[in-house]
Amino acid sequence: MTDFRVEVRVTPRRGILDPQGKAVGGALASLGFAGVTEVHVGRLIVFTLAAESTEQARERADAMCRQLLANPVTEDYDVRVAEGEGSGR
Amino acid sequence: MKIGVVTFPGSNCDYDCYKAVQEVLGADAVYLWHKEHDLQGVDAVFLPGGFSYGDYLRAGAIAAHSPIMREVIAFATEGGTVAGVCNGFQILCEAGLLPGALIRNRSLKFRSRPVHLRVEQSAPPFTSAYRVGQVLRSVPIAHGEGCYAADEHVLDGLEAEGRVVFRYCDVDGGVTAEANPNGSARGIAGIVNTAGNVLGMMPHPERAVDPLLGSTDGRGLFRSLADHLVRA
Repeated sequence: MTDFRVEVRVTPRRGILDPQGKAVGGALASLGFAGVTEVHVGRLIVFTLAAESTEQARERADAMCRQLLANPVTEDYDVRVAEGEGSGR
Repeated sequence: MKIGVVTFPGSNCDYDCYKAVQEVLGADAVYLWHKEHDLQGVDAVFLPGGFSYGDYLRAGAIAAHSPIMREVIAFATEGGTVAGVCNGFQILCEAGLLPGALIRNRSLKFRSRPVHLRVEQSAPPFTSAYRVGQVLRSVPIAHGEGCYAADEHVLDGLEAEGRVVFRYCDVDGGVTAEANPNGSARGIAGIVNTAGNVLGMMPHPERAVDPLLGSTDGRGLFRSLADHLVRA
């Protein structure tokens, strides 16, 4: 078993209303940051996972996303797996 | 008749449901703790409003996987009557018992106020005491994540199968953008599952059961339920 650092990035699904992203975009514009478009607010979930291989770690993380970490109706997710590191931020 | 009200850590409408069940239904009410696996032989289950597990991850996401919910899902799958109000609706969607999801209100504001609802279906077990087109006045809402969202084909399916039960409306029953407090698709305030035995709704009928509360128009939901359970 090896420890893997897993990062799950969850973002609002394309086409789904993202009022948070819109509000943040508006605030950036009002601060004078020009040229900012397509702002989206999501969440980052980081954990350490003991697994036999990178593939197995990825598969298990993917199952976690489908069952709990992301809601497929409204969210997309992206899994990144790296060896070692642990869950240090 | 015995009704179970599930209590999660962070539930805050469980006592309102409990009281409404006792006083309007005249039924026995029991609390079902989230860690339990025993539904205690209840005839129907209420999932109350609140902020279960602090709304961590997504509203209702953690509660949907709690021990009691395994039993509630099995109960619902066998045809048992289950109603989720507010956070209860969010939990039912997260548990996969109802389609779609409740996302952040379009306004980004937490909305706490009375709204009007148009009854879209008059059918057991939840709405037989109402008539189609009836306007329920001043039923409270209190939520930050009540914007109902689903794919267009899911919404079309809900409409075609008559599964949209309540819509936000103005005082005359008009479903308008102004009357929609959270941006829900097609003004949807409440839906049922395919079999019709599971209801989810954002407004709080249990807070509209006594003149002291400002409205009694929520009583019909409890009366419908009582009628259904007596016949069953």
